[in-house]
Amino acid sequence: MSAIWWSVIAASLLVFALKFAGYLVPHKVVAGPVVSRVAGVVTIALLSSLVASQTLAGDGGIVLDARIPAVAVAGLLLWFRAPFIVVIVAAALVAAGLRLIGWMP
Amino acid sequence: MTASDSSTARARAQGLQVALAVSLYGVSFGALAVTSGFSLWQTMVLSLVMFSGASQFALIGIIATGGAAAGLAAVLSAGLLGIRNSLYALRMSPLVGARGGLRVIAAHLTIDESTAVGSAQTSVAAGRVGFWTTGVGLFIGWNLMTLLGALLGNVLGDVRTYGLDAAAAAAFLGLVWPWLTRGEPVVAAVAAAVLTVALVPALPTGVPVLVVALTAIAFGLYRHRVAPQAPPREEVTP
Repeated sequence: MSAIWWSVIAASLLVFALKFAGYLVPHKVVAGPVVSRVAGVVTIALLSSLVASQTLAGDGGIVLDARIPAVAVAGLLLWFRAPFIVVIVAAALVAAGLRLIGWMP
Repeated sequence: MTASDSSTARARAQGLQVALAVSLYGVSFGALAVTSGFSLWQTMVLSLVMFSGASQFALIGIIATGGAAAGLAAVLSAGLLGIRNSLYALRMSPLVGARGGLRVIAAHLTIDESTAVGSAQTSVAAGRVGFWTTGVGLFIGWNLMTLLGALLGNVLGDVRTYGLDAAAAAAFLGLVWPWLTRGEPVVAAVAAAVLTVALVPALPTGVPVLVVALTAIAFGLYRHRVAPQAPPREEVTP
């Protein structure tokens, strides 16, 4: 089995186990404010880190390309409370359009 | 119609709307996964078994840029993003009240959207209806849309031509957006992004994200010490 398959299966089982664990653990043990505080910060930090790396990372370093204006447009649409799917399609269209007309790589 | 009937009807309607809207986004996951080098089956296993959007995107994103060598970082990132589901499960557990096999299914369906709709209702009965409607509806819709995206993605070719790399970045931005309601989360988000950019040229793919997550854990523990009155958690609505 390929390394990608192992990653897919291991991660899938891990994510399910985390969900199920919440149904097994007695509430008092982990329902405290510390866990909820830390989990909130970790979620925000992790997602923000992924935004940054998906927008700027490539070829083992930072690459500035059509992803930047695309994400800026996405941020603007989110600011105006556009639906999720609209935001994603708009970002794709901006990046694809800029590459099509050759303005940005 | 009694008051309780109308509150459960409202919960059901909300659940279906959320499920429909978020399901559509499964198309981009399916297309991104196959164009990033995942097979149709690997893509479907992720949507069927992992069934947690942020974790799924993290896994394919990290492997897409770092290759199979980044597998461990990808698995750990998916797991770290899945930790909030444990907290959702704790909150949903008494509401859903499922036992035995049903509890396994309830656990599988415990994600951002089902928890948000379930906990937004005014009665336990409506909350239960909201949770199950959103969870089941989204599971079906998300997997159908993933399949559609995966089938289309194979025909598409290079992801970048269609801006799907930017779409993935926008997807993460859309996922973090509902959390950025106050000053502290915004500061944490900006700091995480800046730290990531600083680390990307120095570390292998996927590792910067993990370093940021570990830093966030330390920061969360520190903040809890200096300011123990954690503000009430905001609901994440799609």
